[in-house]
Amino acid sequence: MTETVHLTINGLTVETTRGATVLDAAGAIGIDIPTLCYDPRCAPNGLCRMCVVEATGARLLQAACVTRAVEGMTITTESPRITRARRTVLEMLAASTDLSETPDALAQIAETGADIARFAGGRERRPPVVADNPMFVRDYAKCILCWRCVQVCAEDAQYAFAINFDGRGFDTQIATFFGKPLPETTCVFCGQCVGVCPSGALKPLRAWELEHPDGPAA
Amino acid sequence: MVTPDRITTTTCPFCGVGCKLQLHIKDDAIYQVTSPSDAVVNHGNLCVKGRFGTDFIHHRKRVTTPLIRRQPQTPGGRTQAFDRAAWREATWDEALELVTDRLTGIYAKHGPDGLAAFSCAKATNEDNYLLQKLFRALFRTNNIDHCTRLCHAGSVVALMDALGSAAMSNTAAEVALSDVFIVTGSNTAETHPIIALQMKAAVRKRGAKLIVIDPRRIEMVDYAALWLPLRPGTDVPVFSAIAHVIARDGLANNGFIEARTEGYAEFLASLGPFTPEYAESVSGVDRRLIVEAARMYAGAANASIYWALGIPEHTHGTDNAASLIHLALMTGQIGRPGTGLNPLRGQNNVQGASDCGAMPWHYPGYQSVTDEAVAQMFDRAWNVEPGGLNRARGLSTTEIVGAIGATVRGLYVMGENPMMSEPNLNHARHQFEQLEFLVAQDLFMNETAAFADVFLPAASFAEKDGTFTNTDRRVQRVRQAIPLRGNARADWTIVCDLALRIEARLGRPTAGWAYAHPSEVMAEIAQVLPDYAGIRYERLEGEGLQTPVDDTSHPGTPFLFADAFPRGRGLFRPLEYIPAVEPTDETYPLILTTGRVLEHWHGGSITRNSRLDELFPEALMELNPVDAATTGVADGQPVRVSSRRGTITLRAKVTDKTIAGVVFIPFHFVEAAANLLTLDDVDPRAKIPEYKACAVRVEPLQEAARPSKRGRR
Amino acid sequence: MVPPPIRVDANARPGHNTFVMTNPEPRRSQLLPALLAAQAADGWISEAAAGRIAAGLGVPLADVHGVISFYDLLRATPGPEVVHHVCVDPACALAGSAGLRQKLLAAGADVRDSPCPGLCNRAPATLIETRGVLTAAEPDARDHVDGDVRWLTALCGRGRPASLAEYVASGGMRAYERALREPGQQVIDEIRKGGLAGRGGAGFATAAKWEAVAAAQGPAKYVVVNADESEPGTFKDRILLEQDPWRPLEGALLAAYAVGANRVYIYIRAEYPLALARTRGAVDVLRMAGYLGPNAFGSGFSIEIEVRSGAGAYICGEETALIESIEGKRGFPRLKPPFPVTHGLFGAPTVVNNVETLAAAQALLERGAEAYCAYGTLKSPGPKLFCLSGDVARPGLYEMPFGISLGELLERAGGVNGHLQALLVGGAAGALVGPEALGTRLSMEDMRAAGLPLGSGVVMVFNRTRDLGEPIRRIARFFAHESCGKCYPCQLGTQRQTEILERAAAGAAMPGDRQRLLDVGWTMTDASLCGLGQTAASVTLSALKRWPELFPND
Repeated sequence: MTETVHLTINGLTVETTRGATVLDAAGAIGIDIPTLCYDPRCAPNGLCRMCVVEATGARLLQAACVTRAVEGMTITTESPRITRARRTVLEMLAASTDLSETPDALAQIAETGADIARFAGGRERRPPVVADNPMFVRDYAKCILCWRCVQVCAEDAQYAFAINFDGRGFDTQIATFFGKPLPETTCVFCGQCVGVCPSGALKPLRAWELEHPDGPAA
Repeated sequence: MVTPDRITTTTCPFCGVGCKLQLHIKDDAIYQVTSPSDAVVNHGNLCVKGRFGTDFIHHRKRVTTPLIRRQPQTPGGRTQAFDRAAWREATWDEALELVTDRLTGIYAKHGPDGLAAFSCAKATNEDNYLLQKLFRALFRTNNIDHCTRLCHAGSVVALMDALGSAAMSNTAAEVALSDVFIVTGSNTAETHPIIALQMKAAVRKRGAKLIVIDPRRIEMVDYAALWLPLRPGTDVPVFSAIAHVIARDGLANNGFIEARTEGYAEFLASLGPFTPEYAESVSGVDRRLIVEAARMYAGAANASIYWALGIPEHTHGTDNAASLIHLALMTGQIGRPGTGLNPLRGQNNVQGASDCGAMPWHYPGYQSVTDEAVAQMFDRAWNVEPGGLNRARGLSTTEIVGAIGATVRGLYVMGENPMMSEPNLNHARHQFEQLEFLVAQDLFMNETAAFADVFLPAASFAEKDGTFTNTDRRVQRVRQAIPLRGNARADWTIVCDLALRIEARLGRPTAGWAYAHPSEVMAEIAQVLPDYAGIRYERLEGEGLQTPVDDTSHPGTPFLFADAFPRGRGLFRPLEYIPAVEPTDETYPLILTTGRVLEHWHGGSITRNSRLDELFPEALMELNPVDAATTGVADGQPVRVSSRRGTITLRAKVTDKTIAGVVFIPFHFVEAAANLLTLDDVDPRAKIPEYKACAVRVEPLQEAARPSKRGRR
Repeated sequence: MVPPPIRVDANARPGHNTFVMTNPEPRRSQLLPALLAAQAADGWISEAAAGRIAAGLGVPLADVHGVISFYDLLRATPGPEVVHHVCVDPACALAGSAGLRQKLLAAGADVRDSPCPGLCNRAPATLIETRGVLTAAEPDARDHVDGDVRWLTALCGRGRPASLAEYVASGGMRAYERALREPGQQVIDEIRKGGLAGRGGAGFATAAKWEAVAAAQGPAKYVVVNADESEPGTFKDRILLEQDPWRPLEGALLAAYAVGANRVYIYIRAEYPLALARTRGAVDVLRMAGYLGPNAFGSGFSIEIEVRSGAGAYICGEETALIESIEGKRGFPRLKPPFPVTHGLFGAPTVVNNVETLAAAQALLERGAEAYCAYGTLKSPGPKLFCLSGDVARPGLYEMPFGISLGELLERAGGVNGHLQALLVGGAAGALVGPEALGTRLSMEDMRAAGLPLGSGVVMVFNRTRDLGEPIRRIARFFAHESCGKCYPCQLGTQRQTEILERAAAGAAMPGDRQRLLDVGWTMTDASLCGLGQTAASVTLSALKRWPELFPND
């Protein structure tokens, strides 16, 4: 028997099932909390913090995608504090990463009025394009480190475990074992990673070739 | 960033899983394939072939204009011509008139027995239905079959015998509800990748217990609670021993046996000799594993069995499948979600091609050609004079090949490549050389088409509309995404055009070929195929429908046999152990088993003309380290492999993926065609060849070894 | 049963991938020990060694790569025979780390900048890495230990470690033996009466934590001792483990007994090689003496302690990241809820406690809650360890009752060298305060009321000759280096915060930089996933308020 839970979001009462997240509950009543790293096919991790909300009782902002609705919870999805956090994250991200093919980020940048040049001049993440196989290209200059590719290669879908992280902090990158070319890893080129990538960092070779008709991929 | 001109939703043309594809089109070419996360079959997941392997459609080697062989071919003197210089381009008119001439000529001289057709398990239901309609209604022959003969024919015959129905009893996704499931004769991770994902999730996330019964240490073994590595061909002893233990330990479901089956007593008596000790002695499987497997399967609340061609592709393939069916019947693990007997169909539309009657012994819907009432119904449906349709069973593909020169003189091959997929290729090739007339309707000048007199260029799946029926009986839409390439035509339009010409030549009243759109073909199918009675294109828009669909408001059928089997009670049949036909000996000391790899498809027509070939560019023979040591072969070394029938040369991959005594060769590579080695002995009832076991010799050749750098096992 | 240690081929030739797995349990939890052992054998972790470890433990290759690349001290490429890790954090900077660095470089040494190795009281500090293994520099140097209470530090500060015999003679292990004869709940009740709160910085009521795990259901429960002490300015746990490991170990045994755990993991940062060696030795001695094992003192209580080494990651001091590290993964903090008390190590109910907390628990249980509460304040009873460093006469470890003021503490440490400009309280995750804070009482409630972080008890002193911009920048660099990279605010914000501060120092501040600092700082504080990000701007923001002149004007 599914237990129901009642909470208040922006003054509206929502009834939802126990175990649902605040993101789900809000979505059910038409409140679209913005997300960037979240994907229904992957376990949510609360990485990007676009979906942060205020919850009474919580000192700090909470990520809606991983916060379970609890009976009596009161949630606010818009506030100056929330806007500041979202906008600043977007501004910093825009200075680190090529967001030109991340529609969700571009939409949020417009929505929050983020100034994408605000942190210009700082370090960028511009690793060289990796084109080590006949199927798809990895352009990590566009990678927003949403983790989806690592997750679908692991237990969210394929159980191939061909990619993971390299390094830590700002310099984190997605990588293979000792940087080996994908054909020398456990990758089976299922392309689940390409299918979930929100930023165009992973792209079919054919699509890449259409975009770069003059040059080789790498 | 490329933006698509359009995105067309269709169904994958590769395997029987039937994933939903979204083809992204720019300038009439596919540049990207995605899949929606809410697709009920695959939830947005794809494999390398569906995701990245549709480039064959645009390959420069694609034939897009009708071709006629310059040099007339004669029986006994027929040659294979890959070089385009040996062909001349023709109009459709000329080509189809030539085909009409020659086919009707043979028909006039030799009657229905003189003609045969190989239909296409990759083509749509509509394509298949119309081809079998043409040959039956116009040429009055039942000599029509397709590659199911080489694939699951043994499973189909056994299931029809025992239950009266030959499809997967449950939906693949129901593995999520199984507590225990057996995977046997199926390298699921490479051949049904998306089903494998669901199996892996069931094990890792829901704690399901997997039992793998296979001669190879396939990837699914990494997820298995038990692995029974049996010697190829010893399935009947192993599964019968499991049945023996179930009975012996009181684990049988007597209520179910009583209420839903017949023949148990005799069957039970026959199990006496199949002790775990006996099974161990013939199969090499530790008896304790057999006992444990029996207890796990029988003791589970919900248990299911999934199998692929390791079971039916034997001279006793029907018996192999029967030994699986017995397990489900004696434990009642059927007729409920999460249970069942689930033969995983290989081709994207082998289920549909079979359903739609591209079979020598059955009309659409598995209705027997020898049944007078059925035959009369089809006489009427196809405007054939009463008693006109042939009331005798036709020849299967293996029989057709054998009959060339004797009775069969003209052969129509639609989308098949028997010159790669037939067993004992030297013999098959010799037979093909005896043909008077050969038509190839295909995408590429493959090994079979190169033998033909006429090449009819067909449309790929992306260039036509129609339906495919996947392995769990889901009829799904195929939608045209790009214009027909060059002068290619959709198979069904070719068949209709040809049929009208033949009718005119033969002076027959028309059987009916005036379809404006494939949906009208399906409307006709629905009238003659009871399980498809409620299928209409409008109803297929979302996620398709799983047959049986009894009428236009019926929602489809996820799992079968809840209350009864189509034949009434499930039938037990005593079995004997018949070993594989060709034992090993001193000259040929190793067992060869054949199969597939993830990146390639069957005869290679499609995948060797795709970037997929770059991922797996050459044939590799799997050789166990023990055998490598005995034969003096290093990883990556070229070897000569010989059987009594032929010889090939390829590189060895030394791996423990195959067990000692068994080598594995995939059959995709023409330069090292595995089927040159295989034997064409067939199961007496299913007529399916023993691809999974023959005897070979391996000899190392000179040339420095080149160890494989491939990352996955 | 403790799995036998990973054995290394003693006859191996150096540099020839000599690592040999003799205990290939397919358990991911052995990954970090295996990698450390491989590095200890060969000086680095080659691709081949990593591959063998992956195969032996059943861990995917890419995951092994991910783990190697996460931790500072794991090397995937061969390096120099000897590397000097010179601490560049504030206390050592004050003591002349720059000069030390120069000297070493001039002498041709291979030098690496190191984050705080917990030797702030003996600044400037260096660790020596020889063929991939860290050794303590100056192991015999004396730590200054003093204070008005000497319960936790009774046997510390004597320039040598205590033996088990000494510890028992001074009253040790009696609380444990007594507890074994009573129900575990009584231990928890006594802890509750004593009002013990966590000493790692969060200040969570210890009894509540132990109660939750005691009440939880499950086939296994664990106690994890957090000895990853990496907060710049902190060295209390190092001193405890180096000189009196018995006390925190007894505390861990008491905790395990109280909650029904049969296994204790103590995770000690790799930069504490002496603490690692001495704690491992102590555990072996305890086992031989019958305090550990399948049947401790015939009580029926089965308990084992496994000592684990970190590999260079400050984030692994966060309790869930620490758990991830023990499990053989990258030190990514987990989302909370759920909390370790219900879903901790290997998904089981787990108590995670700081070393000092367990030492304090031992002291409380040995002497009784009443005696314990005789010290400190009402809401912060008992003694607390404070780490004094920087411009103070006697840097060292001070054990004082909660409630003394900052000024009193400084006096106890001999006063400021020079004139007081600022104090860093709480560590890098703390705050910079000025002399006006001297009257603030060092208790949890008083510090909270003053809006100041007590943290782990760091008090670092800066006199008026110091440019406060330096420690502020150094702390920003510290966080950028230590950010795990999981959540965006911290992954990006620690980097941007550092850039803005550094360009200001180079005279290249841009218009709007002050507001940038505020936005970045508050975004990290408000929206980060874990405590590291949430406190990464704490010093900067406190300094912006108190010393605005240090920052660019917008």
